[in-house]
Amino acid sequence: MDTFQNRRGILVIAIVIVFAVIAFRLFQVQILDKEYRVTAENNALKYETLYPARGRILDRNGDVLVDNKLTYDIMVTPIDVTPFDTLAFCRIFDLDTAFVHEKFREYRRYRRRIGYQSLVFCRQVTSEQYNMFIEKNYQFPGFSGVRRTSRSYPHAGGGNLYGYISEVDPAYLKEHPEYRSGDYVGKTGMEESYETLLRGEKGYNIYLRDAHGRIKQHYEDGAYDKEAVAGTDVTTTIDGVLQAYGEQLMKNKVGSLVAIEPATGEILTMVSSPGIDVSLLADINKHYKDIVSDPYKPMFNRAVQSPQPPGSVFKLVNGLIGLQEGVLTPNTLYGCNRGYVVGNLRVGCHGHPSPINLYQSIMMSCNAYYCYVFRSILDNPKYGSVRAGFEKWKEYTASFGFGQKLNTDIPGEKAGTMPSAERYDKIHGKDRWKSLSIISLSIGQGEIGCTPLHLANLAATIANRGWFYTPHLQKDTPECPIDGRFKERHYTMVDTTHFEDIVKGMEMAINYTGGGATATIARIPGVIACGKTGTAQNPHGDDHSVFITFAPKDDPKIAVVAYVENGGFGATWAAPIASLLVEKYLNGEIAPERKALEQRVFDGNLIYKVKVKR
Amino acid sequence: MPEALYKKIDWVIAGIWLLLVVFGWMNIFASSVSEDGFVFSLKEKYIMDLIWVATALTLGILILFVIPSNLYPTIALPFYGLMVLLLVAVAFVGVEVNGSKSWFALGPFRLQPAEFSKIATALLLAQVMSKYGFSFSKFRDTLRVAVVLALPMLAILLEKETGSALVYLGYLLVCYREGMTGWLLVIGLLAIVFFIVTLVFSPFVAILVLLALTGIACSFHVRKPLQGGLITALGVALLVFLPRLMQLEAFSFLNRFEPEMWLALLSGAAALTLAVVFWFRRQRELRNLMLGFLLGLLLIFSVEFVFTKVLKEHQRARIEVLLGIKEDPMGVGYNVHQSLVAIGSGGLSGKGFLGGTQTRFDFVPEQSTDFIFCTIGEEWGLIGTLAVLAVYLVLILRLIATAEKQKDHFARIYGWCVACCLLMHVVINICMTIGLMPVIGIPLPMLSYGGSSLWAFTILIFIFLRLDLDQKKYQ
Repeated sequence: MDTFQNRRGILVIAIVIVFAVIAFRLFQVQILDKEYRVTAENNALKYETLYPARGRILDRNGDVLVDNKLTYDIMVTPIDVTPFDTLAFCRIFDLDTAFVHEKFREYRRYRRRIGYQSLVFCRQVTSEQYNMFIEKNYQFPGFSGVRRTSRSYPHAGGGNLYGYISEVDPAYLKEHPEYRSGDYVGKTGMEESYETLLRGEKGYNIYLRDAHGRIKQHYEDGAYDKEAVAGTDVTTTIDGVLQAYGEQLMKNKVGSLVAIEPATGEILTMVSSPGIDVSLLADINKHYKDIVSDPYKPMFNRAVQSPQPPGSVFKLVNGLIGLQEGVLTPNTLYGCNRGYVVGNLRVGCHGHPSPINLYQSIMMSCNAYYCYVFRSILDNPKYGSVRAGFEKWKEYTASFGFGQKLNTDIPGEKAGTMPSAERYDKIHGKDRWKSLSIISLSIGQGEIGCTPLHLANLAATIANRGWFYTPHLQKDTPECPIDGRFKERHYTMVDTTHFEDIVKGMEMAINYTGGGATATIARIPGVIACGKTGTAQNPHGDDHSVFITFAPKDDPKIAVVAYVENGGFGATWAAPIASLLVEKYLNGEIAPERKALEQRVFDGNLIYKVKVKR
Repeated sequence: MPEALYKKIDWVIAGIWLLLVVFGWMNIFASSVSEDGFVFSLKEKYIMDLIWVATALTLGILILFVIPSNLYPTIALPFYGLMVLLLVAVAFVGVEVNGSKSWFALGPFRLQPAEFSKIATALLLAQVMSKYGFSFSKFRDTLRVAVVLALPMLAILLEKETGSALVYLGYLLVCYREGMTGWLLVIGLLAIVFFIVTLVFSPFVAILVLLALTGIACSFHVRKPLQGGLITALGVALLVFLPRLMQLEAFSFLNRFEPEMWLALLSGAAALTLAVVFWFRRQRELRNLMLGFLLGLLLIFSVEFVFTKVLKEHQRARIEVLLGIKEDPMGVGYNVHQSLVAIGSGGLSGKGFLGGTQTRFDFVPEQSTDFIFCTIGEEWGLIGTLAVLAVYLVLILRLIATAEKQKDHFARIYGWCVACCLLMHVVINICMTIGLMPVIGIPLPMLSYGGSSLWAFTILIFIFLRLDLDQKKYQ
């Protein structure tokens, strides 16, 4: 058996070699390599953190939307503190002596854990307070000031859009070990989306201590010090002026206003009303409770988080699908006698001439017309069953982005809902539903929820005659290029040629002078705009007022949706608001004959109509 | 118990066991004691560990003096069967900790069957390989050993405890000692080398290295080794310029394939032809080398696939950080980076017991279990880490030496199993904390916190002490 005994020697030699390699590596890590010892918070070294200035947020024209203002954090190194004049100290920073005593009791209790570390004593003191402190600095050994920045907002408005920054909490630290307590991090909005760009990189100075813990000198002449690297400025696609104007229009209304540049997918304006007041944003922690308990939920970004039925605006989508499927032509005529009636079922409509073609149906927003269109899509014999027809219809709507997240760069985006065949199985029984059972979908009611952003995207898609770029907030610049997903054109399943017919109907809805047009209130002098009103029924009170529009008709520069909760007809509030925004963007000012309309919008207060839980 | 027997215990092994257990408890105390000092409460890790230590000691004494040693060969198979069953069961009904389902929970105590299946495997291996007439030249015997090793490994992989499964590869060293061909180990090592070369450099470089190695190996089997070596060197040197050549306009027709594809196609075809030729000429060594070359090509081209498809996201990331392909000190590399900082900050003599700042302020995750070596490195410095390393080396070499003294094959093979099991744990764990291996979560024997592992190592070692004791009894 012991023919293999020589193998013992081979194995032992191999084992010894492996251990020698480990020993050498240990020697390297523990003795040769200084890098690791510098990084450790060694007793002999004192680290002074240098905080970078956070990147600013700029609008598309380079105007500053979110700026920095200088503040200071007062730091304390408890081990260096000698008895000091507490009263004088408190007077500078406007503090309570009890607070100071409590802090020091805490430091004494955790003195072993704290060791030589510096801790934040009080945050965000103003420059004036800091200057007073510096004058008397010699009286307070162990205290020092560190430059920090906090946010300031030169333009009014945009609170939900920008988001806010706040100190990291323990839960966040646990998930992101690269942060240290005392760091600030972006919460919600663009501050969150672009955290990695905005935050910059912390630096530090290293000082050597002597045996008594006194700071002696710069360690190795600063060879291992690290400069803080300021955060990158992020340019957004937002137009600051337009955003402010949009917020003014939406004041005292509940809802959203979103504008997109169709050719690029860049979001020009995004208002969620009521929003967070920017004057509270800089030190949001103080006001956090009030904001959260506000019944109108200002933290809630309605533009991307509030799916609602789109109402008649959705007729455009059904019209497009009908054209593509070949079950509808622009000249198809349908009659309407104040509604669509089959047996007991009745979908009401308002009084208008009859019969009408596709263009007139958009212009006058006829309900019956789209009941016919929707049924001919679903009952198309080509597909064999209503279920198959419905699945095809759903496929079309998905190609417009409905029922799914658009995958923008806005945090908290919702997917909205598109009903599924299974859902109808549950309501009516397996395959026991017909196109009539779900007829409300034809006019954008029923089991359908779109966020205002979805509708803005629909407006942009129609403006582009059949394609869209994923809407986004970051502007593509050479320094910070945008993600590839924002440079990809998404085509809908409807051919571009069919869009021209829908556009014509939308043009007539605003500009037709022969009577019957639903959105003449949105007519803008010198501009041919296209639009479609919507009046969304909902279980919470008055109808929601909806309007989508884009302008000019040829080579559109802006696509807008206004969604005003409980605002009544689309033409009552949403159409004026959206058209005023378009006018402001394209003409730079509001024409004199529309000033009265603008004033009516400014003064309009619909907030009392919205039911909230108090 | 007669006094003479008591003296015959292998006190070097037993002493080191005790030393490590006590030292381990001290470090666990260091890394988990709170500001308020020593508190006697079951909630404290160091108290729980004390209970584990006490029970382990009791277990050790029972094994050493009460349980008869002739029991082990008999119960090896049923014990092994039970452990494999438990391993499979735990994958389905176990508690999930850190992403792997490998624990049974009994109130505050948690047991990890993977720790104990090592003992069962060692016992059954010893029993199988000590049978009269066992030989690796018999296919049936080799197959038996392979099955004994593979079953628990597969079951553990089912629990997603890749690290624990790796330990079983250590038993291959025992097989080598008992006569298994050494080529298996060489091929294994080469496979790892080629995996790394392919990832760090490129498949092209890996194929060149493979060509050079095969060429040199072939030279030894031809009549003029020197000429063979020179031709190989020249050929490889010329091939280095292949990618450059392909950039030239005149050779643009080559661009249909990547350079590594050309290299693989040509050399693969040549190797295949030569393999057939050598087969007919009955030149076995050369034929095998050619087949080995083809196998190597296959490996190099499957690296990309294994790396992106078979390995999981976190495993891939850990390997990338280790090989320096990606730097990520804040993400995946965080553990290793912090662990290196902690060990590095210890310097020569360390910061003294309880003096560690890195390990005491929770910079290093899992510091009392898998990363306990950091605490040692920081508080005891290079002197401490080298001492621990030396103690383990002495323990392993002593185990081997004692195993070789056994007249009974069962005891010898079992002793080797114990040594190799400890070896794998020590090497993998320490290499992980000092950034020589990817992060693989397995405990450091006797030092890491964790009752299952302490019990398992105690049983493992004490069974061998008892076997050794029984042999001396009849001397």
